[in-house]
Amino acid sequence: MSENAMGSTMVEEQFSLGERALALARDFAAHKKKAGGMPTAWLEKTMWSLGLEVHQQQFSHTLPFPDESRERYLVRGTNVYGILRAPRAASTEALVLSTGCAPGPHNNQAVGLLLALASYFRGQIYWAKDIIFLVNEHDLLGMEAWLEAYHDVNITAVRSSGPLGRAGAIQAAISLELSSDVVTSFDVAVEGLNGQLPNLDLLNLFNAFCQKNGLLCTIQGKLQRSDWDSLPAYARSLQTLLLMVLAQASGRPRGEHGLFLRYRIEAVTLRGINSFRQYKYDMSTVGKTLEGMFRKLNNLLERLHQSYFFYLLPSLSRFVSIGVYMPAFGFLILVLILRALDLWMKLNKTDPGGSDQLSDSDHGPSTTEAPRLLALVPPVLVCHAAGLALYYLPVLGQSVATQHFPVSEAEAVVLTLIAIYVAGMALPHSTHRVLGGPGSVAAARGWMVLKLLALLYLAAQLTALALLNFSLGFLLAVTMVPAAAATAPTGPRVLLALVLVLATPAVTLLLGIFLERELVEAPAAPGEGWQRFLGALGQGLLLHHLHGAFLCPLLALGTYPCWLLLWNVLFWD
Amino acid sequence: MAAPLVLVVLVAVTVRAALYRSNLAAFISERVEVSSPLNAWKRVVEGLALLDLGVSPYSGAVFHETPLIIYLFHFLIEYAELVFMITDVLTAVALYLAIQDFNKVVFKKQKLLIELDKYAPDVAELIQTPMEMHYIPLKVALFYLLNPYTVMSCVAKSTCAINNTVIAFFILATIKGSAFLSAVFLALATYQSLYPLTLFAPALLYLLQRQFIPIKPKSKSFWLYTMQYAALYLCSLVVIICLSFFLLNSWDFIPSVYGFILSVPDLTPNIGLFWYFFAEMFEHFSLFFVCVFQINVFFYTIPLAIKLKEHPVFFMFVQIAIISIFKSYPTVGDVALYMAFLPVWNHLYRFLRNIFILSCVLIVCSLLFPVLWHLWIYAGSANSNFYYAITLTFNIGQILLVSDYFYAFLRREYYLTHGLHLTRPDGTEAMLVLK
Repeated sequence: MSENAMGSTMVEEQFSLGERALALARDFAAHKKKAGGMPTAWLEKTMWSLGLEVHQQQFSHTLPFPDESRERYLVRGTNVYGILRAPRAASTEALVLSTGCAPGPHNNQAVGLLLALASYFRGQIYWAKDIIFLVNEHDLLGMEAWLEAYHDVNITAVRSSGPLGRAGAIQAAISLELSSDVVTSFDVAVEGLNGQLPNLDLLNLFNAFCQKNGLLCTIQGKLQRSDWDSLPAYARSLQTLLLMVLAQASGRPRGEHGLFLRYRIEAVTLRGINSFRQYKYDMSTVGKTLEGMFRKLNNLLERLHQSYFFYLLPSLSRFVSIGVYMPAFGFLILVLILRALDLWMKLNKTDPGGSDQLSDSDHGPSTTEAPRLLALVPPVLVCHAAGLALYYLPVLGQSVATQHFPVSEAEAVVLTLIAIYVAGMALPHSTHRVLGGPGSVAAARGWMVLKLLALLYLAAQLTALALLNFSLGFLLAVTMVPAAAATAPTGPRVLLALVLVLATPAVTLLLGIFLERELVEAPAAPGEGWQRFLGALGQGLLLHHLHGAFLCPLLALGTYPCWLLLWNVLFWD
Repeated sequence: MAAPLVLVVLVAVTVRAALYRSNLAAFISERVEVSSPLNAWKRVVEGLALLDLGVSPYSGAVFHETPLIIYLFHFLIEYAELVFMITDVLTAVALYLAIQDFNKVVFKKQKLLIELDKYAPDVAELIQTPMEMHYIPLKVALFYLLNPYTVMSCVAKSTCAINNTVIAFFILATIKGSAFLSAVFLALATYQSLYPLTLFAPALLYLLQRQFIPIKPKSKSFWLYTMQYAALYLCSLVVIICLSFFLLNSWDFIPSVYGFILSVPDLTPNIGLFWYFFAEMFEHFSLFFVCVFQINVFFYTIPLAIKLKEHPVFFMFVQIAIISIFKSYPTVGDVALYMAFLPVWNHLYRFLRNIFILSCVLIVCSLLFPVLWHLWIYAGSANSNFYYAITLTFNIGQILLVSDYFYAFLRREYYLTHGLHLTRPDGTEAMLVLK
């Protein structure tokens, strides 16, 4: 634990209201069924009776196109939250415990535990920070609406009701998901929006308290093996690591905590899992763990900043820090740079030789240089226009598509996306025929200049990306760098075309989905994988428009034009 | 040649107008790489507001512009966007005309030296021809107007653009040979940001060359001309400063402008080298290090004057580059000014050794500036060390670029007088190294 303030307090947890939590959960389930959604009146009354200061927030949001997986388009909801004011402090800082109100029989026990914890915390005198107990509706949308209203900003287009009751700056947040009366293990999810991660101290805190209470804790749903030095254990650690890389690269928050990270609030999601194991833990144990975590967080003097923000987790008690994994990425980019340097040398070697032959040596440098650079402009413009089309057309053109084809809006968007992507690949046959160019030398070597530009563009993008979201940068680098370095119009064209198609971001996404299904030990058939792929495309677009994820614009406006440039190089003549 | 220039100007104005209307304008004006405490538009607006209230704009340590700028914008505040677009166009046109004249001078001098047999016999390929120099003024204007740095500076309405215009007019006046106008514009440039003081030396050397006055300490005409030029310069400077005094009726602007530039009290991060050093330094040593850093800017003038006395325009280029790297609050607008000159030295291309790596470094650093700023300030995952690392890399790239051009220039001069195939006294092939 790097933060000193969270160091050495020995707390004796005394939470014993497990039964009360279950009773409240049953109550909540009944009222939820009766109200057909979120039972706001019952929640308000219960929180009030527990002694919290209750507030409500209405919000509404219109999605750019209907969300098929959750079947919603015009979303309207309410968040209910209660603030436990610290008895002797100045209400300048707060901690948040949140759960989501999910439709159907999910997450009821989480709400029950939240209310039981609230009633227990209310009776203690040692709180130095306010605690906010939040029940939000419509998972990520409700959370985003609450966070935006709380911090009084306007990042997405959510419309919500007026100023909220506040409790000071939020220092840390924990999001809870429990759908069963007993749990066999407790899973933690750390990946946030755009691959942002919370401070490692929060994870260490969770691990420490699970050990203390004897609660089995897992990450990515996988338990680490006790014989950590053996080959099967390495294989499992590798699986966990790969799962984390895939999750972080997708930029999708793994739980509702993911949206807190943008506001510099460290947050994790804790999920209770009920599997077929023999030993079960009851609500009291879970409650004790949470109580311990909150008491430690209560001691914080400043925001968590001491430990690492950039890490990869092969298991819950081991991490790979940025100093270890960045050099690997550096070497990949080095490949691109060395290739570019090689092309530069080749381009310059023939130049002085060409300029002192012939009587028109005065014309030589200026006229061969001008068309060389001018020949680059059409491919670059066309590739970026294709990228712009890929970004804007699917969502803007969905009404036109639904008029002419018998598909729903979501399908129209996704299919338009795929259509534009594939159509871009047909472009090389029309761009460079327009420019003849004087002499065959300039035209034949024009592809080297284009490839140089494409390689440098790819290297710059990947470097910038790796700093923001390392997993995404690394994944794109691993798939695209070999193909980019090998592309040339000379050589086995069919083989190189195949390699380049395999390296394209869309195929990486498809393969990533299959790999992820493999790793969670639920391998997907090709048909199911394809359905998931289409779903992922739709979700990616929605995540961008609703929450500001940058994966979609980055791939459409940055990586796809770069890949198209390489495709142009491959089909240069 | 006017038609392509007009086309370039139109394209540049369109790009700027489009960006002004988009929502990138607010984002760009917030960037610390583009607007520094010295030339941010927000501060100009603040100063004007204070002036309207009847309070001295310099009270409150927010406003650090000169009084002439206040009065200029007092009348032109409604048309601010137009003013900045016009200043950019004026700078480009001034540079265009200046380089056109300069090319004629270079060609004439080259012809003279060939006729005087000063060049070695086998350097035919190093001689510049009018054909290849025909498009250089247009390229200079293009490089200035369509440089992303200039566009960002214009969209952010940073007064660095006005600074660049004054320096461009000074260069035009110097190359045309008018000592009076050159002194006036140099005084204006110095008045606005102090560091162009070092451009006195190259301008003097150029004017002396143009008047065919030899640069020897014993020659009387040398001292006479120097005194004349210095007197013109100092008198214009005094007149402008007194005018500023009478505009606002106080000497407040001297500590606020020049004191601010020299003592660097504001440590907002920017693309320069000062902020991190002084943020980490103990109070006790800050005066010493401020003096050291400021002397560093002015220090290179004398050695460069001695080495480059035959080539004052190249000296001017290197001096402008040194100012924009080592000044206390640099912005990308300053970088754009010296980059506009690079097409003039196109003929040095074959002698440049690191141009590929350096361009890559500069481009990648420019790309990483906003990424690391985001990680530091918004995501909270990085800290100031990350941002300063990129700043350092950017400045090292710039320094290496300038020294690469310097070395290439000197090498070409050596080859011109000694021939391309250098041989040692015993006849074996020799290679030129810079010690």
